[in-house]
Amino acid sequence: MINKTVQENDIQLDNKTVLSVRNLTVTYDTKAGPLDTVRNISLKINAGEVYGLVGESGSGKSTLARAIVRYLPANGRVSSGTVLLSGTDLMKLPMSEMRRIWGAKITMVHQDPGAAVNPSLPVGEQIAEVARVHLRMSKAEAREKAIEMLTKVRMPDPKSVMKRYAHQLSGGMLQRILIASAMVTNPQLIIMDEPTTALDVTTEAVILDLINELMKEYNTSIIYITHNLGVVARMCDRVGVMYAGELMEEGTIRQVFKSKLHPYTRGLLGCVPRIEASKSDVSLSSIPGFIPRPDQLPAGCIFAPRCSLVEGACMASRPSRVEAETGHFTACRRWEELKQKPELYTDAQQRREGSERIEGPLVLEARNVKKYFSVSGGLSSLWQRGPIEVKAVDDISIRVRGGFTMGIVGESGCGKTTFARCISGLDEATSGEIILEGERLPNTLLKRLPSQLKKIQMVFQNPDASLNPQHTVGDSVTRPLVLLGKLSKKQVQERVRELFKAVNLPEDYIHRLPHELSGGEKQRVAIARAFASDPTIMICDEPIASLDVSVQAALMNLLVKLQESKGTSYLFISHDLAAVRYLSDWIAVVYLGRIWEVGSAEDVFMPPYHPYTEALLSAIPIPDPDVRQERIRLVGSVPSAVNIPPGCRFHTRCPRKLGKICEEQEPTWQHVNEFHSICCHIQLDELRALQGAGSIRQTDNPGEVS
Amino acid sequence: MAEIETLQRHNMSTPSKFSIVVKKILRRPTTFIGIAIVLFFLLLAIIGPYIAPYPYSAQNLAEKLQPPSEKHIFGTDQFGRDIFSRLIVGSRDVFVVAGSGTALAAFLGLLVGLFSGYRGGIIDEIVMRGMDVILSIPPLLLAMVILFSLGPSKVNVSLVVGFLYIPMVARVVRSVVLDLKTRQFIEAAKLRGESSAYILFKEILPNVLPYLAVEASMRFSYAIFLVASLGFLGLGVQPPSPDWGLMVGEARNWFHQARWVLYFPAGTIALLVVGVGFMSDGLRNMLLPGGVSDD
Repeated sequence: MINKTVQENDIQLDNKTVLSVRNLTVTYDTKAGPLDTVRNISLKINAGEVYGLVGESGSGKSTLARAIVRYLPANGRVSSGTVLLSGTDLMKLPMSEMRRIWGAKITMVHQDPGAAVNPSLPVGEQIAEVARVHLRMSKAEAREKAIEMLTKVRMPDPKSVMKRYAHQLSGGMLQRILIASAMVTNPQLIIMDEPTTALDVTTEAVILDLINELMKEYNTSIIYITHNLGVVARMCDRVGVMYAGELMEEGTIRQVFKSKLHPYTRGLLGCVPRIEASKSDVSLSSIPGFIPRPDQLPAGCIFAPRCSLVEGACMASRPSRVEAETGHFTACRRWEELKQKPELYTDAQQRREGSERIEGPLVLEARNVKKYFSVSGGLSSLWQRGPIEVKAVDDISIRVRGGFTMGIVGESGCGKTTFARCISGLDEATSGEIILEGERLPNTLLKRLPSQLKKIQMVFQNPDASLNPQHTVGDSVTRPLVLLGKLSKKQVQERVRELFKAVNLPEDYIHRLPHELSGGEKQRVAIARAFASDPTIMICDEPIASLDVSVQAALMNLLVKLQESKGTSYLFISHDLAAVRYLSDWIAVVYLGRIWEVGSAEDVFMPPYHPYTEALLSAIPIPDPDVRQERIRLVGSVPSAVNIPPGCRFHTRCPRKLGKICEEQEPTWQHVNEFHSICCHIQLDELRALQGAGSIRQTDNPGEVS
Repeated sequence: MAEIETLQRHNMSTPSKFSIVVKKILRRPTTFIGIAIVLFFLLLAIIGPYIAPYPYSAQNLAEKLQPPSEKHIFGTDQFGRDIFSRLIVGSRDVFVVAGSGTALAAFLGLLVGLFSGYRGGIIDEIVMRGMDVILSIPPLLLAMVILFSLGPSKVNVSLVVGFLYIPMVARVVRSVVLDLKTRQFIEAAKLRGESSAYILFKEILPNVLPYLAVEASMRFSYAIFLVASLGFLGLGVQPPSPDWGLMVGEARNWFHQARWVLYFPAGTIALLVVGVGFMSDGLRNMLLPGGVSDD
């Protein structure tokens, strides 16, 4: 085992190295003085290698990537260090030279494909433009090149896509356009900044496959920035774990994910719910505290204040980067102890004794809920007969039992949020019955009695929009108590303090305004507010989707804890299957406004599955490089809810489509057991056999996945 | 573990709100200059009549159209009245007429914008198209038409200013309401059964106020200008009251003999308008960080 402190001359360029970064420090000039947001980073990327940069938000991943290509905002600069691209020092090049490198030798793929494509130019033109500028091609040649690239990224019907505009393409298609235009010049390095974060999990899986295939073909190197450990495990050859502007651990994917020689890596991995884990078995680990701000860095190890392995020496001086094995670096002083005794800082999630119950009183029942939105068709409505309707929710029935969590999963646009809003009354259901504790609720919010209102509360997705910025967070929690309860002023104050304690917020937060809180804290306040009226059922609409993994884990633990102590039922809506699996007792899989599979969480995640569930499951990125998943990919995106396909709604994308019957007849419910039902034409035994054996017919998906 | 998460927050020293505001003002010299100009004129408006060297209407035909001198630092007009004194005394009318007009517009515009935006639907459509009708007529023309029928007076001028600026304020308020309406804290309020009045005045209104303040300050600078224009046309404050616009209007006839008669009142108007403009820019930067101008 080599064990030495890395010095500059140790890093030598060999032929294979495409990018070599040495001691890079990025400084931002702020009003408070210069701030080093990225400090002393050294890394090497070889040809054909996918290098993952992973870390929570604010860890400096994007800043580092932008510094490498010298594309920093006006007040940012690289204050020291070198960046060698195939031996050329990029930091010394004049800006005019850099402009030639951008787009030719280094290209970028951004997070939000909708914003990265010019909406007023045909997409083909935007790809061709790169070829004209950087490859000096003629118009006709560039056009040919663009078609070639679109074919390479498996775009169906590239010639017609050439003429389309951004708004005519789905997010997944746009991301392919961006990848195509990033690859036109056959660059040495592509920087991908969260390229799939804005996409659905099914689309993400397809794009990740595509990137993987293209890399092998072109031998291009990639810096892949993401916060998703599962994506890193699936995509990358090597990974750097960033924290507060420094690399904490770096190595091959197996070195980092298996040996985990830095507590931060272990902490991050412990936060992610495993697909097989449920709240009754384990509680998630979480990392206490916050990423330090760049102007308030601790003197010693920057992770020390949040680390449970911290000792005096950790606080005294910044630990140096140590090479634990060949190519495996860690910035932890105690890595040797960690290696020998992994149990010191374990990322294993603590086992817990959860209550095992099946039955409970029926709390909420929704029968045949439908929600149609009528859309004005503009001029065409003049000659078209009948209103055009978006059938967002088309006949959904569920039952939620007291103290249980019903998880609702599906891709975006499948109607899960609209369904939840119909239950809460924020949207008025077009038809159907909502029955709460045996009492039929009016479909409109305005007709519901205060006593009915207080029983259904909601936690929303966006923590920034869910609190009134002008009210102190204490007021936000106080108001429902004043409104719904018959409590004296003193009792109200006491309850507010109790609620703040229940969501683990210190009491002095009561007088703060929302902008003084972090995203996770705001969401805690929103949870406290929802619990203030002691609801029977709480609807959680993607409450953790916009938060960092460590905050997600803490919030999920909190939700479980509150459910156990208060006996509240949850309707938990998410596209994150692992989170749904962890929190839910029951799961309903929704596609195009209807449920296709429903059952206890364990059953739904075990074969036989509905083919849609199967596809969702196989798309989940799992943070373990050794896990081999079935590869089932869905074609295209969810069809429009205006023209719902006849027969089985899923037949247009189903990888296991039987044939005519799926296109013509609506499938019927088949019952696997008392609690688990699937709505599909394929016989259960056949499904079980297919899925157990893992044989997947993909011949029906021309052009999508090879 | 989660228990600790929120406890370890950096202890930021929190300076007092006042010192933050002062710092913000000093950071932008234009804001500082703007506020200084406005405060100076406000002071004049209050104490003007007591410090003016001459009574504003004291005529002295022997000294008519005198150039600026030690005796009359801004010179005298066609009746031998001291221009400096008239400007000082006239500042009160500017603030009273333009100020009350703006306040009226802000108040009514706020109500219109709040209700129209919150109700939405056909009512919103009707109200906003009505506002568009007012906006489609050049303000000066409309003001003249109204004042011809009402008769020129200070009260009528403020009413006209108030009326003319309702649509601008209402549009700004409405657009903010439309944005706020879809936020989830409003939905949370509906879920706990709040009345529309509570949602409108307790949840939405506080978030509209910063926008209203910025818009009103901007309207104020336009109002000063409009009042001066009306005065210039003889439709505002009537002689012998020392109105700035009126002074410019009267000065037209004597301009070829005595340019200061025109320069000083016109310059004073410009100075105040620029001052208010700077101030409202500063206000925008302070209250609406990251916001973009809508004018």
